[in-house]
Formats: sequence, C-alpha cells, structure tokens
Amino acid sequence: MPKKYHIPIKTAEPRYHPIGKYATVEFREDCAGSCKECVKKKCIYGIFGDNYKHASTMSEPEYLYTCQSCFRCVQECTKGIFSRVINPEYRTLGDEYWKSDIIHRLWFQAHTGKIPVSGAGYRGPFVAAGFDSMWTDMSEIVRPTRDGIHGREYISTCFEISRRVTPLKFNADLSLASDVPPILELPIPLLFQLPETLILNEQILLSAARAAQILGTLMLILPQDYTESLHPYANSLIPCFTSKSYKDYKRIILKSPAVELEDDPNIEKTITEIREIKPDIFIIVGIPLDATAASRALDLSYFDVDTLHFYADEHGKELNTEHPAFLKEMIREIHLKLVDHFVRQKINLVFSGGIAMAEHMAKSIICGADGVIVDMPLLIALECRLCYNCRNGLPCPAKIDHPINPEWGSQRIINLIGAWHNQLIEVMGAMGIREVRRLRGEVGRSMWFEDLEMESFGPVFGKRKIAGIK
Amino acid sequence: MNHKKNDFQFPKIVQTPDRFRNPIGKYTIRRNARCVSCGLCAELCPYGVHPRYDDYSKPLRPLDYRCIGFKCKENDFFCIDRCPEQALTLRRNPILDTLGDYRWTAEMLIGHWEMAETGNLPVVDVEYSLGNSGGGFDKIRFKTPEPGDYLNVNDEDMDTSIHLNKRCDGRPEKTISIPCYGGGMSYGSTALSVMVARAHAATRLNTLTCTGEGGYPQELLPYSEHVITQIATGLFGVREETILYSPMVEFKYAQGAKPGLGGHLLGDKVTPEVAAMRETVAGNALFSPFPFHSVYSVEDHKKHVDWVKEINPNVLVSVKVSTPTDVDMVAVGSYYAGAHVVHLDGSYGGTGAAPDIAKKNIAMPIEYAIPKVHKFLKDEGVREKVCLIASGGIRNAMDVAKAIALGADGAVIGTAELVALECVRCGHCESGRGCARGIASTDPELGVMITEDWATQRIVNMYIAWCKQWCEILRQYGLKSIKELVGRSDLLIHLDYLDEEERSTYQPAPEAELII
Repeated sequence: MPKKYHIPIKTAEPRYHPIGKYATVEFREDCAGSCKECVKKKCIYGIFGDNYKHASTMSEPEYLYTCQSCFRCVQECTKGIFSRVINPEYRTLGDEYWKSDIIHRLWFQAHTGKIPVSGAGYRGPFVAAGFDSMWTDMSEIVRPTRDGIHGREYISTCFEISRRVTPLKFNADLSLASDVPPILELPIPLLFQLPETLILNEQILLSAARAAQILGTLMLILPQDYTESLHPYANSLIPCFTSKSYKDYKRIILKSPAVELEDDPNIEKTITEIREIKPDIFIIVGIPLDATAASRALDLSYFDVDTLHFYADEHGKELNTEHPAFLKEMIREIHLKLVDHFVRQKINLVFSGGIAMAEHMAKSIICGADGVIVDMPLLIALECRLCYNCRNGLPCPAKIDHPINPEWGSQRIINLIGAWHNQLIEVMGAMGIREVRRLRGEVGRSMWFEDLEMESFGPVFGKRKIAGIK
Repeated sequence: MNHKKNDFQFPKIVQTPDRFRNPIGKYTIRRNARCVSCGLCAELCPYGVHPRYDDYSKPLRPLDYRCIGFKCKENDFFCIDRCPEQALTLRRNPILDTLGDYRWTAEMLIGHWEMAETGNLPVVDVEYSLGNSGGGFDKIRFKTPEPGDYLNVNDEDMDTSIHLNKRCDGRPEKTISIPCYGGGMSYGSTALSVMVARAHAATRLNTLTCTGEGGYPQELLPYSEHVITQIATGLFGVREETILYSPMVEFKYAQGAKPGLGGHLLGDKVTPEVAAMRETVAGNALFSPFPFHSVYSVEDHKKHVDWVKEINPNVLVSVKVSTPTDVDMVAVGSYYAGAHVVHLDGSYGGTGAAPDIAKKNIAMPIEYAIPKVHKFLKDEGVREKVCLIASGGIRNAMDVAKAIALGADGAVIGTAELVALECVRCGHCESGRGCARGIASTDPELGVMITEDWATQRIVNMYIAWCKQWCEILRQYGLKSIKELVGRSDLLIHLDYLDEEERSTYQPAPEAELII
C-alpha cells in the first residue's frame, strides 16, 4: 500500500500571549476588596489565574487573552462591578482585509494544528465581497456524481506544477510517440513565498524552508536571500530570477527543482538558456495580476513553461488599475481564457496575494487555479500581528526581528498548513470530490451570490435594483 | 391562539427570571454617592428598575436590565430627571459591544431573554427581529399592510397550528399548535435537564422536539408523544422500541452546520452514561460517518423509510437534508420515497460544534432554499401533499413568518430555545468541560446548573411571545390562520429589489461593523 501523506502536527506554544479579544472593566469603588465569592477565582476556564501579575499591580484594564466569553464573571459578581470591552489592541490587529478574527484563527491553527471549531452556528455577515460571496456545494444522498463513499484518507490533495503534452500521441504499435516531460507533483496545492515587505531574516527563511521540506512543498525565494544555511533545503526551494540575474546563479539553478522567472518580452530565450543549464528543470513564470494577465497567460501557454504564477496585491486585488477586480474574478478570467483556447491542460496556474484562510485555497481552485501561494499567513504563524511597524522602521512587538528558533518556527507553519489541509479535505469530502485536481474550475460544485439571488429571489422579488454586494 | 384538536389551550405565562445575579440589559443605570436613599426612584419606576424593601432603607443596585432607556425621557417618571440629587446616570450598556454577532445581535439576544422571562414581546427598545447580517432575512420585510385588511380578532381566535401529515395515507393526522418544533440535540450534547425541559415544553405547547442522534433517554418517556426519534448515520441509540415510542421519526441525512461532514464526539464526552445510551465503550471517540453508508440512491432511501413505517404503522417520517444546489431534487425524491415532512436545514444555523469553515462556506443559506424547493414541489404538483419545514438560521418569530411566506409550512428551532435558556452564543459548546453556562454540558458541576422547571417555562414563555408576534402579522394582512400565510411571498419585499424611493419607506437593514 502506498505511503499516506501525513503532516506531523505538534503543539507549538506561542512565545507571547496572543492579543486577546476582551479586556475587563472593573468599577472598583464598589468592590468589597477580598470577596470570598470573587468571580475571578471561580472562572471555569481559570483565565484570571494566568494574569497573576496583573492582580498584584492592579493596573487597568486587564486583558483577557484566553477569555471564552461566557459572561459568567460579569453576571455573577456579587457587587456587579464587572464589565468588559473589546481589547483596543485587538481592534488594531491587521487591516480591512486581514481582519483580527482571521489573524486570531491563524494563530490558533499555528499553535495547535487543529481546525477552528465552534458551536452555535455561523456568526458572520450573510455575504461579503471577495471569496465570501460564494459557497461550496455539498453532495446529498442521491447525487450520482458523488465519487462514492470513501473515508477522508482516500481524498487526494496532490497537484502538479509540471507541464503536460496534450494530446498524447501513439505509434502504430501503441507505444508512446509523444515526448513526455518530467512530472513534479506536490502533495498539497500550495507553495510558500515569504512576503518581502515584512520582516525577513535568516531564521524566518530557515523556518519556512524547513516547513516546506517536511510538508513536501516548495518555497519561492529571492536569490539574495538564498544563503549558505539554506542549501540543505535546496530541493524545496524555487529561486526567483529575472532574465538578467539568473546568469549569476548557475550553481543555485543546478541544485533547484524549479525556478521562477519574472515575465518579460524575452522570456522564451531565457527559458531556453535555463534549460540548457539544467534540462529537466521546471519553469514558473511570475506575472503581475493585471488587465493583461489573461492574454499574457495565453501567450505563455504556447511556450515551454510549466506553471504561471500570478501575483495580486496583499488584499487579493488586481494590480495597476484604479478599479481593481478581486482574485476570484481574475482567476475565472484567466482560467476560462485558456479553456476557450484549448490550452488549459498544458499548463498550471498558481495565484498569490490575499490567500488568508483555508477556504480561500479551496475557492481559488474551484475558480480555476491549480494551486495557491501562501505568503502573509507564514509570518502570522510566527506571531506577526500585521501591525506594519516594521515598514515604518519601528521595532516588532512580537520580536520576529530577533532570532527565533527555526524548529519552533517550522512547527508553527507545519501546524497551520496541517489545519488548512484538514479543512480542504473537509470541504472536498462534503462536495464528494476525491481529487483536488478534479476540483479545478469545477464551479458546478459552488454557488455564487449573484446566481442564487437571481434563481431563488428573482421569481419572488423581481429584478434586483442594487448591483453588487452592499 | 387556538388549536382545534382536544380544545388545546396554550399554557400560562409564569415570570421566570434570569438565573444570574446581574442580568445583561441594553442600558446601565449607575447610582453615585450623592444618593440619599430618598426612595423616589423606586416609587416612580413602573418597570421595577429600582428595588426597595420596606424594612431596608439603603439604596440597592438598580435592576438596569429592566430599564426602557432614553425613550423613557418623555415620561414623567423618568428617574434620571426626577432624582432630586441627580445621583443617577443612564447609558447604553458598553458591554453590548462584546455580546452577539452579525446574525444574533446583542439586542436580539437581550430581546429573547426578556421574552423568555416575561412571555411578552420586549418593552425595552431592542431590535429583536432583525440581525445585522446584511442579507437574507435581514433584508426581507413584510410589505406595508393595507389598513383596510386589518382583522380585528383576539389572539385566542387566531390559528397558529400546522399539519404535519398531508399525504392522506392512512397514518395519523398530526397537528402541532405552533408552526415550530424543536431541533435535534443529542443526549450528552446538552444537560439532561435541558433535554427533558425541551420535551416538557414541547408537550405543554403541543408541538414536538427531537432526540438528536444520541439515543432516547428514559426520562423522555413521559413526553414520548411529543418526541421525535432521530435516525442518523451512526444509528446510535436507534432500537425498535425507540421507533415505537415516537409519533415521528426523522432521518438525518445531513445537517446545516456541517453539511456533507460526519459528526465526531470526542472521547472525553463519551461518559459511561453516554456510552450506555449509544451502546458503545466509554472514553472512545465516536464517529457518525457521512453519508448513510446504506444509501446510494433514492431507492435506497425509500428502503429506509419503508423499514421505519413497517416497524411503527402510526409513525410519520421526516427527512432532514441540507441545502446543496440540487436541494429541490432531493426534496422531491424524499417525498416520492414516502416522507411526510421534508426538512431543509440551511447552512448558517446549527447548535452543535462544527468546523468554522463548514458553517460559513458549505451549502446555501436557508433563505434561498425555501422558495427554490417550494416552487419545484409546486411545479411537480406535490406541494400540497408534503409538509415543508425549514431550519438553520431561523432566529426569531419574524424569521419564522418570513420563512413561511417564502414557502415553508413551518420551522425547526434550535438556537433560539437555547438562547431562551440564557445562551450567550460564545460558541464554546464543545471545549473543555463544555458550556460554561450549563446548557450544553454534562459536567458534574456545570451540567446541573439548570433546573427542568425553569428551563421548561423559559421556552414556553418565549414561544408564547412569538405567537403574539405571529398573530399580529396575520391580523395585519387579514389572515386568520398561519396556514394561509404559506407561500404568500407577495406579502414580502426585499430591500435590494426596491427602487430607492420605495426602499426608504421600510426599516433599513442594520449595518454596524462588528468585531467577531
């Protein structure tokens, strides 16, 4: 029996208290002082016990890092002195896209490796922009297209970043006539790329590279970051070059399974030259996700390229325009362009920018991506708060700029990806899809806000008068 | 509110206060040191915000959760203005920022706690009918009624009952007196007192509740006429006698909170009692697989239904499914296989623990599924022969009425019943020892925080308050029975489907940005 893909999850405690959502407000003038019934002593989660330093200094407010929001302290205090507010620091986490609850959940997953689970139903908006305006389908009792009844261990999350020859040609004796290029298959549909605009040091690179190696995936890296200490991980690294810079790094090219080249008009020549250095190397071309992306994808599909990497901005938005489209729509456009020209099978598409949650990975693939590239979450796994202090030359509150233990760092990243992998399997299992490759572009296994409104509400309410999501 | 069968009368309202010392309200009133305890505020307030005892003259902490807030300013008993020492201050309770979420806002929670306490619609100005989700039910409104349509009849003369068996197949005609019944919550997932109280409340309201998948505890037997036995994929606790006890059996093919996923009861939760009920080994984790491993087709499903009907000739059959794209096909298939009730469970609801990714993303919200299935069943010519029940994200009486107008016959309610028992929706039903508020826990300490009588009355009170709201809606449109409201989508509007001018005549959708 073939070896099963396994992600070695192990609890990796945070170095600092994750920013808690709540803080207490106490009206101490009414407090009896040494109440034997003090609710702080009775908390069933024991959260106040962890705050022993606060108890001695009596400073205000008291941040509750692990409060589970049961309200019993508020409701049972004999003098009613207790109230709560949202921790002001929690409000400042992230930005309008990387919201505090997303960061909080990423921390939880990096810590425990577990899927976020909660009771009492969904608590968010009905619909929102971006990926939150689509739902994934599920397979009910009587769907003939269900793959069959299989345990989750039989669901494959493998994808390829190697090109394909289509159609295959055969000789008269049925032997293969086509020259089949080498295959590079990865066990999870994601690659790594540490964000360049946040803190990046050797320990962080080592943490991510080590995690990539253990997970069996690959990490994009700039050649100037490719220090000697990373050479043991060469099999898991994809150096990124321009048409000029690659010439200085032949040694690295020879060690690498794949390279990424920045798109330029002479790319075909560069590809040929790199293949002369290492014939079986896999070539990815990095392209900005802008208005020309789809047509450029079509052009490049006729070249000897394995994978196209489109990069959006940090919020998953189209580049170089005043009215950017979101990643979801851009993936559809590029995917369908290649489908219309019968070249989609030849080449692979991966996307980066704005991939913040496991569901974004599944939804990107449904829209037409083969895989995604994870960037900011890698740093969030290392306790980054996305405060952007580092961009302003200020010190990092989570001290990521100080040396961290790469073993700890890689375990945090492994835990995060382990939780994402489990979530991908959950949604695929629900859809009745057994292979992530079959999920690509399978919009039939999704439901879109505009379609549902038209199909279900159209016959009842008539024509929708508000365009988009509001 | 009546119900023809056996001259059923709704139970009486009994005031059932909060279990905790400091109930949470929309407003806070603080009394400062200037108070001389003159007692004027206690004399003035008709809502009992300022308690005072004859033989105790010191000022007591105000029961501010009863305060009706700033709208009281127009009254001559407004304590803040009348206090001779200006010792009182009134504010919106800042804790509201930390309570509730987009779907169940803080005000909706507070409104339901008040209904569960008093059995009446809230007097405090809280928005208990609309959430902040920005779509679905929160953007659907009942049309402005024509004044001439108003039906001037008492609640006692209105009919809120629905029929569960419309097949005319010789099986009992089952009528429930409210258009709702309780959703399945398994033995072990809630405290036993909560489970029994839900059954007791269902009996007093002449409706039903459901065992969930954890088996049928003997404590439910006195209420067996009102308890649905659930058969789910793990078949836990399903035995011939549990099917014989029951007026209705529910096949759970999927559930809205985790559509397409199996259940997983952690080993810690499999106590000796739970293990005995489920006929398994204590301490071992239990899986309810997805889907039914004996059902590959609608024919296989029919085999299941026939099997249950054969065991109990008087039982009705409900089929609970989730809401995939082809939910309409599933519904019609379930009907042809012999179901009396087709129960659609939408993706945003659920009470038990489920992966966040599933709750948010998998399957469509119930608002879309109801009109889709209603129309399809009508086109197939079978709508009149099946009872269509909706659940999953139906939070309040207004949502129930909207669901019915969209095409459902009634609704299944889970979360609101727990909210009546003072659930704050913290979502930590499964972690550690379970629910800190004693609702969803079998912990030796936490699991006994709730008494059966208290919980029964709170649930009864909430539904009686809901009935008052349904009756008012029916009266406005000249309807006497909630059955007449089924499929009356012509009485509904959706804010996004109106011109700006017309939209401005309706209450706008709440739009606050929340930290969740």
